[in-house]
Amino acid sequence: MADASAKQVLFEPIFSNNPIALQILGICSALAVTTSMNVTLVMCAAVIAVTAFSNLAVSLVRTQIPGSIRIIVQMTIIASLVIVVDQVLKAYAYEISKQLSVFVGLIITNCIVMGRAEGFAMKNGPWLSFLDGVGNGLGYSVLLIFVAFFRELLGAGSLFGVSLMPVVNEGGWYIPNGLLLLPPSAFFIIGLAIWGLRTWKPEQVEEPDYKMSRHVAKEAF
Amino acid sequence: MEHYISLILKAIFVENMALAFFLGMCTFLAISKKIEAATGLGIAVVVVLTVTVPVNNLLYNSILREGALDWAGLPNVDLSFLGLLTYIGVIAAIVQIMEMVLDKYIPALYAALGVFLPLITVNCAILGASLFMVERDYTFGESVVYGFGAGLGWALAIIALAGIREKLKYSDVPEGLRGLGITFITVGLMSLGFMSFSGISL
Repeated sequence: MADASAKQVLFEPIFSNNPIALQILGICSALAVTTSMNVTLVMCAAVIAVTAFSNLAVSLVRTQIPGSIRIIVQMTIIASLVIVVDQVLKAYAYEISKQLSVFVGLIITNCIVMGRAEGFAMKNGPWLSFLDGVGNGLGYSVLLIFVAFFRELLGAGSLFGVSLMPVVNEGGWYIPNGLLLLPPSAFFIIGLAIWGLRTWKPEQVEEPDYKMSRHVAKEAF
Repeated sequence: MEHYISLILKAIFVENMALAFFLGMCTFLAISKKIEAATGLGIAVVVVLTVTVPVNNLLYNSILREGALDWAGLPNVDLSFLGLLTYIGVIAAIVQIMEMVLDKYIPALYAALGVFLPLITVNCAILGASLFMVERDYTFGESVVYGFGAGLGWALAIIALAGIREKLKYSDVPEGLRGLGITFITVGLMSLGFMSFSGISL
């Protein structure tokens, strides 16, 4: 992908090469933060910032890093960026930073950040790497926002904390589906999202390990 | 003693790292196709967690926390913002050391763990356990028990998932759902099952 255009690098990861749905990266910290849109958007912004700038920084020093210690160097860069994000959140969005609890710190081990630094930024120039970071961050965000949209709307009848479908407890008509506020629902929504995405783009379908052989009727002796 | 038993049961079942907090999901989904591989990885995670959580606990309590540097004559220094960098450094270093020690003294185990050992550095369950330990203010003894329990819970979950997936590959799954999609839904169902533990208070 050395001669990939900037636009391709930026938009490819959103649907065609989505980090969560196809590359199996960065699911770890993603699912627990999707119960409400506010928290999710902050998390997405944090991840985009970290992927973009870590890609940029890694790409800038890529010719200077000895191969044997590159993982540690990348880790240090990423951890420093995450500390900056964490401190900014604590200063300006304290409530949300409390809700995210350990998950801000877990951006460090978010495989998207490491995976892109190792797989893309080590081989490409700073500008393309920066765009790749933004693109992958966006791909992650799209899926996360999709999940959060359904979880908050159907689970609590609201979006961004604003009540859209008044729930029964407050005198409205909507009986909220409590399952969607529980962790397992995120798995179901992502599983179904992957199904939808792969129906739309059939080239992403995985090859089965075993094919069922055709049913052959045998003559009885 | 009772306190420790309830802590370990809570770490294994009620607050299962993989199924209740979604930690270590990437490796959880990627390396659960075969039971042998999953078992190897599970053991590696238990070992690494049992060592790193207590070490990070010592570091946090004696150096990083506010007022911890009292003994050095610096009572007002608060280094807790360096936490993330310290924990990940400790984890990377311990994984590296363990790799060398195992290679030298227990080559059989080293061969069994193979590539999983270095992979563990970027497993969120490891860093997550350290962060939870800090957030919940565990003492040293508690952190040992918590690290071991969290690891055991994670290992249990990945081995169970690998068992299901080994059978699942013979089934006829709708095309778009094949592979990753059905795995997600399986994990969702498992996680639903594990939620039934959450009513238990010890």
